[in-house]
Amino acid sequence: MALAVGCRARPGKSRDNKTGSWRVFKPIFDHEKCSKCGMCRTLCPEGCIHENTEGVFDPDYAFCKGCGICAAECPKAAITMKQEEK
Amino acid sequence: MAEKKTCDLFDCGHRACGGCGAALSARLVTEAAGPETIVVASTGCMEVFSTPYPETAWKVPWIHSLFENAAAVASGIEAALKKQGRKEKVVIMAGDGATFDIGMICISGAFERGHDFTYICYDNEAYMNTGIQRSGATPYDASTTTSPAGKVSFGNKRPKKDMPAILAAHGAPYVATASIAYPADLMQKVQKAINTPGPCYVQVHAPCCTGWGFEGEQTIAIAKLAIETGLWVNFEMVDGTVTKVKKVVRKPVTEYLKTQKRFRHLFKPKLQEAEIAHIQAIADKNAEKYGIDIKVPPKKE
Repeated sequence: MALAVGCRARPGKSRDNKTGSWRVFKPIFDHEKCSKCGMCRTLCPEGCIHENTEGVFDPDYAFCKGCGICAAECPKAAITMKQEEK
Repeated sequence: MAEKKTCDLFDCGHRACGGCGAALSARLVTEAAGPETIVVASTGCMEVFSTPYPETAWKVPWIHSLFENAAAVASGIEAALKKQGRKEKVVIMAGDGATFDIGMICISGAFERGHDFTYICYDNEAYMNTGIQRSGATPYDASTTTSPAGKVSFGNKRPKKDMPAILAAHGAPYVATASIAYPADLMQKVQKAINTPGPCYVQVHAPCCTGWGFEGEQTIAIAKLAIETGLWVNFEMVDGTVTKVKKVVRKPVTEYLKTQKRFRHLFKPKLQEAEIAHIQAIADKNAEKYGIDIKVPPKKE
């Protein structure tokens, strides 16, 4: 691997690394229960939860590591963790 | 369905453990600081998981030199920006090992010279990157690989170093502590530090699920318990005087200690009442020093 001058890297190049493969438990978002507070988006250590055009939230499963912080902290208990079949 | 992308300056795909408190602190700090920021990192877990070459999770200019000299590198950058008349803000992101122990000389020098930067210490209370060795930030009685609990020891024998007081004594205009459990408060403090001229310091409590021994989903709950038991105090210090403190109705320290494997030896094989009383005394001292207790009026019979 050739090193760039100053060992620099393109901003956000880490997106090449799809950390979703680490996941054991998958968060399932129930949009019916969601109060649109955005706590899941704020507290996700990956920053992989995005607001869709309807104002509710969905995780990007390509990056979600399944830590479960969103499910533990959701004030409406609208997120459940389900073991994933692989 | 089209999505509004979360425009984070600290992007997905970094290699932190699931439920990492430090990764969350990096997201919140960059969101508060904004794109006109230059981040200087020390060696540490965050440096390793966010920038394995040729990948980087950062979307702002980011530089790493050595473990001990983040404050010196930031001083140079700040001086160069000043000479060129540029307005970018310089933010240092360093762990507790780099701040409390290894970088101490460079930090002291930079604060004494009065450079205009913001020093953020994400405090996960040990050297997590190299395998959980104790640092100056490790709390009393925590078991780490260099302070193991066993037949002759209950873990780390020294109390946590009071870094905010040391930097306030340097004449820092703004010193604060924050926690990832209160993200709005954390971001407000980072913005205040960035907009205050001179060297400012924010110490962020960032639980480490691997090092402390708990499940990733509990990261926020444990950070909250640290505040609710009085073992971590969220405060703001302007020109050396405490101006704002997060007040709580305090819980006993055991509520916090029993959630983590690093304190398991205090409960198993038998309850170590004397050691727990010592930790409770640390919390009581914090409560008295900062006045964090909310006086609950006695219930009417």
